[in-house]
Amino acid sequence: MIQIRHVILLLLLCLPLAGQAALEIRITQGVEGALPIAIVPFGWQGEAQVPEDLAAIIGANLHRSGRFAPVERQAMPQRPTRADELDFPAWRGQGSNYVVIGRLQPTGADRFSVQFQLFDVAGGRQLTGYSIPVERADLRRAAHMISDIVYERLTGERGAFDTRVAYVSVTGQGSERRFALQVADADGHHPRTIFRSAQPIMSPAWGPDGRRIAYVSFENGRSEVFVQNVDGGDRTRLAAFEGINSAPAWSPDGRRLALTLSRDGAPDIYVMNLSDRSVTRVTQSRSIDTEPVWMPDGRSLIFTSDRAGQPQLYEVAVTGGQPRRLSFEGRYNGGASISPDGRRVAMVHGVGGGFRIALLDRQTRQFRVLTDGRADEAPSFAPNGSMIIYATSERGRGILAAVSVDGRVHQRLVLQEGEVREPAWSPFRD
Amino acid sequence: MRSSPVISRSLLFVLMAIVLLTLGACASVDKTATTDPVVVGDVHGDDRAQDDRYPGVETTPLGRDGRLTADALSDPSSPLSQRVIYFEFDRDDVRADYVDVVAAHGAYLARNAQTRIRLEGHTDERGTREYNLGLGERRAQSVRRMLMLQGASSDQIQVISYGEEMPAAMGSNEQAWQQNRRVELIYEGHRR
Repeated sequence: MIQIRHVILLLLLCLPLAGQAALEIRITQGVEGALPIAIVPFGWQGEAQVPEDLAAIIGANLHRSGRFAPVERQAMPQRPTRADELDFPAWRGQGSNYVVIGRLQPTGADRFSVQFQLFDVAGGRQLTGYSIPVERADLRRAAHMISDIVYERLTGERGAFDTRVAYVSVTGQGSERRFALQVADADGHHPRTIFRSAQPIMSPAWGPDGRRIAYVSFENGRSEVFVQNVDGGDRTRLAAFEGINSAPAWSPDGRRLALTLSRDGAPDIYVMNLSDRSVTRVTQSRSIDTEPVWMPDGRSLIFTSDRAGQPQLYEVAVTGGQPRRLSFEGRYNGGASISPDGRRVAMVHGVGGGFRIALLDRQTRQFRVLTDGRADEAPSFAPNGSMIIYATSERGRGILAAVSVDGRVHQRLVLQEGEVREPAWSPFRD
Repeated sequence: MRSSPVISRSLLFVLMAIVLLTLGACASVDKTATTDPVVVGDVHGDDRAQDDRYPGVETTPLGRDGRLTADALSDPSSPLSQRVIYFEFDRDDVRADYVDVVAAHGAYLARNAQTRIRLEGHTDERGTREYNLGLGERRAQSVRRMLMLQGASSDQIQVISYGEEMPAAMGSNEQAWQQNRRVELIYEGHRR
């Protein structure tokens, strides 16, 4: 069994954003054997106060991945900002394997240049280094990009720090309840509301280009599927057939949308061609068929069905045909999310009266429960497949949490006010 | 098609129930209409409105139908006053103790072809939201089928599922869950 160390670390990442609640991220479990790395505070040549502590953002990102153990600033033997100031023997003595240094320079009105370099302490050599021109509003993004570069250079896996998370937030009680579809940076910062309603919002799904989100809104008194541009706010109603219109999922090429409709009777899976809005029926059963997700090759869908009595996962060709059952452990499996390589399926797994996030490895058939909550749901893979974000509850309040696919790293994201649910991790920003 | 004696007997019973319910409904209309056309306070039909000229006075119109009005629905002793049908966990069949209630609503709709009803299906919070949207619909559909067995027509009935999105009670315990597993019967133009 893997040894787990509890690292109760409170990272207060909340900047006062006018009228918007930020997410606070708490890392509840870390991993033994995380790589020691030093992110030295970046040099600043400007007149005024340093506009953003980039090193702190990078350190928090790397720490959150569970694969790095950033060195505390008090423990740093020196705080170099240029390569020729680096004292490698001192860092060897301190115990860091890697050191990141950098500089932030103003280049104009609200414009900056960020330079950074990553060094291997043992070899005393530079591994990578970049210069990034950036506007003031994008300084945090520059830190996320640097985190991605460092992460990829040292793990061999693409980083997912410069990505976003969409989720539904709920504030107020009873008839005062208000729903909002929000998009925040992957570290919980900079939440923005892209749609607000007095009626429920459900099931946000990112288009593969990361520019569009499909979701379910009850604004007209029943479930209908909408698509909205994340940046422009352009909004279209895609599905408003009789009965249920829900569970949108984009095809990998972004040209089709799988969804659940009950217009022909019981809820079944359909595929809508987005260019002409034509709809093709994929499943035909008297059971509840819902929650379709696409395999990365775009040829088949995984969905939830209770055709055998209880909800279980099935796979079916997009062209239709006989579905094949995928999940066999326990009496309730639903809400699938597929890893970007198509190998793993995360799901909501009913166990002992509660619901947890479980992972099925389709190659080895290994089935593993990753979380230990009572009401964990809505798993969504990070675009690099390293983590799964999901909804859970803490003292009766809906919050978001994330777990690494190996189950070793756990973190919680808490909205300051109200509750959050149904997270959807964005694709990479290309 | 031949029906068995058992089915014939239940049909007879249902028909008698319809006749009795209809008579009861008419009686309550007549009472209101003839004895006191201007009612103060104690009639809870949805159409009542404050009369601007006479503060504190409410008038109760008889409704579009003219024969049967809100009063039949708001008679507290009628099974029609029960407009929420509760369900067992993960079940969509109408419980035995609600069969008579649903039958009464079906009979009422059958006798009042102009009356329209919305069935809102709900679930408790357990399980995935999308699956629960399907389950809420299935519950509303099973109420719809029972209404139609009593002679209600499909164009009188609208089915909507809210899944777990509109709980009647907050909380993550069996007490709250029981109140949330429900189908609400909402008559068009009438207060819930």
